[in-house]
Amino acid sequence: MKLRHAVAVAIFCGLASGAGAAEIAPGDVKIVEGALDTPLTEKAGDPETGRAIFANRKQGNCLACHMVTDLLDTEQFHGEVGPALDGVADVYSVGELRARIVNPKSELPDTIMPSFYRAGGTNRSAEKFAGKTILSAQQVEDVVAYLQTLKE
Amino acid sequence: MKRVISILAGAAMLTGASYAVAELADGYKAVEPTSEDSPLTEVISGYEFRIKSTQETQDDDFENPGMLLLDQAADQWSVAEGSAEKSCADCHGDDPLEAMQGVGSTYPKFTEKGDHRAFRNIENQINHCRTERMGAKAWKYDKPDLLGMTVLVRHADRGEPVNVVVDGDAEALFERGKEMYYTRYGQLDMSCAHCHEDNYGNYIRADHLSQGQTNGFPTYRMKWQGVGSTHRRFKGCMKNIRAEPFKVGEDDFLALELYTSWRGNGLPIETPAVRN
Repeated sequence: MKLRHAVAVAIFCGLASGAGAAEIAPGDVKIVEGALDTPLTEKAGDPETGRAIFANRKQGNCLACHMVTDLLDTEQFHGEVGPALDGVADVYSVGELRARIVNPKSELPDTIMPSFYRAGGTNRSAEKFAGKTILSAQQVEDVVAYLQTLKE
Repeated sequence: MKRVISILAGAAMLTGASYAVAELADGYKAVEPTSEDSPLTEVISGYEFRIKSTQETQDDDFENPGMLLLDQAADQWSVAEGSAEKSCADCHGDDPLEAMQGVGSTYPKFTEKGDHRAFRNIENQINHCRTERMGAKAWKYDKPDLLGMTVLVRHADRGEPVNVVVDGDAEALFERGKEMYYTRYGQLDMSCAHCHEDNYGNYIRADHLSQGQTNGFPTYRMKWQGVGSTHRRFKGCMKNIRAEPFKVGEDDFLALELYTSWRGNGLPIETPAVRN
């Protein structure tokens, strides 16, 4: 009995934190003057996880276009398509960084950079990816947390 | 905001040299666009974006793995097939490299007359010959038979400048291809131009972005461990940006093939080229 009770509590807690009741859906995101000050999730972003997502080819793959000195030791190939991100947190506020990842096209309509947390709006997406965001809300927060560590 | 971006971009350029694997070699070859409508100021073959050892593999016909398919196709040239029991040689003569001079550099284009008139690339023209004149089965796209014969036709014009015509009845397809080139596709929401016009010469992770020229196709590609068509490359690009590709050998990619070929008008044919 006691065990069953404990399991029930655990499931309840899991639902409450995991499902993220307060998560902002991609369609509800509102970028104001180039910034998105409200975090997408209640759970704060984790910079270490964000660092891994930044480099992972199947996730953020930010490194494909952006060089960052912090990752030179562990990652061989850094892209040149976008600006280097050393000191990016000195230049942009956290809200501006978040907006740039969620939907950079709100500020730069012609940019090559993908919108990592935007609902639809794409053309001929492969079935596997259609209607899905590139990163989850939590992954965006993790990457934002990592970018905030990039100060000079 | 723009000022900040340009400062960051400047920083990227300053630090670029320290981690980039290679740049376009000094003295790389470029040709001038043949049309004043070209968006490019210099037209550069994908050859120039590859490292020296890859270039040397292409330059040496005995090392170039694409030449194997060409040899097979040269044998196939004189094999009679189909209900007409005809070979390519029966109509075109015994020497394919002589017979096909001035052909490969002009495709894709409208060919044939009357009901048979259609816009074709080399692959589709070969299959048209097979089904209509030989009474043979069409070869499958991107399989060795069709690739090999396409390589052979194109190789006959090796060194000759790409010279596709985009006016007259080809104009509508040209416009369609141009529109595609600048249209964002896929979950990553990128157009051809984002990489191959705005960023050629830059590295995207370990890949050195080229102008996306077609003058080496069909090309031997190391990643494929074999020869592939222009349309297969288009398909790969679309998959990279998480888009649903168009169908190989059909109108959309034919339009894109025409438009990209036009962007490379003037570049020497390299078929079979060797690429990454």
